[in-house]
Amino acid sequence: MSFRRMLVANRGEIAARVLRTCRALGIETVQAVSEADVLSVPARLADHVVVIGPGPSGASYLDVDAVVNAAVASGADALHPGYGFLSENADLARACGRHGVTFVGPSVAVLEAVGDKLSARDHAVAAGLPVVPGGQAGTPADAFEVAERVGYPLLVKAVGGGGGRGMKRVDAQEDLQRNLELAMAEADAAFGDPRVYIERYVVSGRHIEVQVLGDGDQVIHLGDRDCSVQRRYQKLFEEAPAPHLDDDIRSSLRAAATALAGQLRYRGLGTVEFLFDRARREFYFLEMNARIQVEHPVTEMVTGLDLVAEQIRVAEGHPLRLTQDDISVTGHALECRVNAEDWQADFRPSPGTVTAAAFPVGDHVRVDTHIQSDAAVPPYYDSLLAKVIVHGSNRDEAMAQMAHALRRCRIEGVATTLDLHRRLVEDDEMCLGGVDTMFFTRFLTRQESLSDATVGA
Amino acid sequence: MLTPEDIRDLVRVLDSSSLEEFQVDMGGLSVTLRRHGARGDWTRESRVTRQPHVLEASQEADTREAAGEEKVSSGTGATTSSARREDVHPITPPLLGTFYRAPKPGAAPFVEVGAAVEADTVVGMMETMKMMSPVHAGVAGTIVEICVGDAEFAQPETALMLVEVRS
Repeated sequence: MSFRRMLVANRGEIAARVLRTCRALGIETVQAVSEADVLSVPARLADHVVVIGPGPSGASYLDVDAVVNAAVASGADALHPGYGFLSENADLARACGRHGVTFVGPSVAVLEAVGDKLSARDHAVAAGLPVVPGGQAGTPADAFEVAERVGYPLLVKAVGGGGGRGMKRVDAQEDLQRNLELAMAEADAAFGDPRVYIERYVVSGRHIEVQVLGDGDQVIHLGDRDCSVQRRYQKLFEEAPAPHLDDDIRSSLRAAATALAGQLRYRGLGTVEFLFDRARREFYFLEMNARIQVEHPVTEMVTGLDLVAEQIRVAEGHPLRLTQDDISVTGHALECRVNAEDWQADFRPSPGTVTAAAFPVGDHVRVDTHIQSDAAVPPYYDSLLAKVIVHGSNRDEAMAQMAHALRRCRIEGVATTLDLHRRLVEDDEMCLGGVDTMFFTRFLTRQESLSDATVGA
Repeated sequence: MLTPEDIRDLVRVLDSSSLEEFQVDMGGLSVTLRRHGARGDWTRESRVTRQPHVLEASQEADTREAAGEEKVSSGTGATTSSARREDVHPITPPLLGTFYRAPKPGAAPFVEVGAAVEADTVVGMMETMKMMSPVHAGVAGTIVEICVGDAEFAQPETALMLVEVRS
């Protein structure tokens, strides 16, 4: 089967990205838009546009009925959900199935299996993946037994709690007794349940993920990415491959990812996320994302593949076109996410209108964006404006290219994080590579002390 | 229709100039000629100006949108008139976005009419681009009117609530 007409049920840069591949594959496109996006770049790029509701995403991009109706009404035979919004929503996949529209993504069963954290963890354990060691304890004696197995430092959490309440970090065995009694008494008082969950605490961890692609039968990996540069769990900078990783760890990570995807008989593009404990040189499964990811271009740069094209191909029911031996990783790729935020005012969002926009072009630079002069940045959606992506023969070269590319970006009319990224790629620790998830906080503190020094001088 | 001769002419124009890039737009056709050798050093200010082709299926959505807008504008219209009283201070959002009266769905609102507030009392939350920011009363006094409902959209100049200023 080959798709004839694709409904793109997303917005922003990823909508423009999906439209580009559809055009290359000769698939007619219908762009679903909210009232706020009628004049957006994706709407202008698509063959047809369907308005699915007002600006707020709950009434448009997150409305399953509105999205499915748009696909049916426009005669689309496939629906691409992008990332975010309804991209991993089993109800949407089910509704598509009922209306004879192919959902470009994994099966309903897989979406449900990996969408729930506990069920995803169970599948990972069954596939032999390591998870953060831990266990439940109802008495201090049980707790000591679990702690013995988990090692120090560890976290003691109330089973009945959530959101960090009643959580205690214990660094050594001699502190366990005292903290345990306290934690259990607090848990009992707060939740009427004294049971605690004891879990290994990773002091310094990196976020490393593996891209997988499956056809429901065979599964291959397309290499790894490092996404450790984060602020409040939002990724800001990604790269492929993960730097400074020993070969044995890298191959174990990749094998673990394909083992999980294989166990799920995965069909589509997916990402298996891991936490890598720098001190212990061990990794643990975090979650699996059953969609195309924001940072997929760094994988495309080092593998030379079009991930959206591969995703559409398996959604059409074709077997994998590539074997694992066909995949090779060349050089190093980086991506900066440029957001409409005032990073010097606690990352305050900056909706509005872009008055002027210019981006670098060239052999080793790629910019995925929906931003051009006069483009609206509506207040309803996330703040991503553009992804600046570069590819170098090694990481140092790529970092230099990124610095150059960022200097040539210009976005006016809204506050952006461009200048933050310019400073980020000049940072010594960043240039060294292999930073942990706490790096960005350290980097911001350094920036603040730098600007304080300038004010004082 | 552009002929090979036309292209040759265009190349000649580029050759005889000191330009690095040259773009011709005519009747829906756009040709860009660029000198080789400036690899990786290009900056492009490109624009997609094509008008979107909106399908009929969007009629229903249009009516929903119109109804929603009416509700918001009637709400803001009523407040601006009463906000003119001197002893009454309008609370406006720090940024445009969606206004929430409670910290999470189903929770009790931050304040109700009649509540005593200080300048730093949090009276609501604004969601802008998926980020939350608190709304402070700004003055000490008593909440006398709540003008914007929960989960409604508000502009920076919208009066969310009115406070009778404590003298």
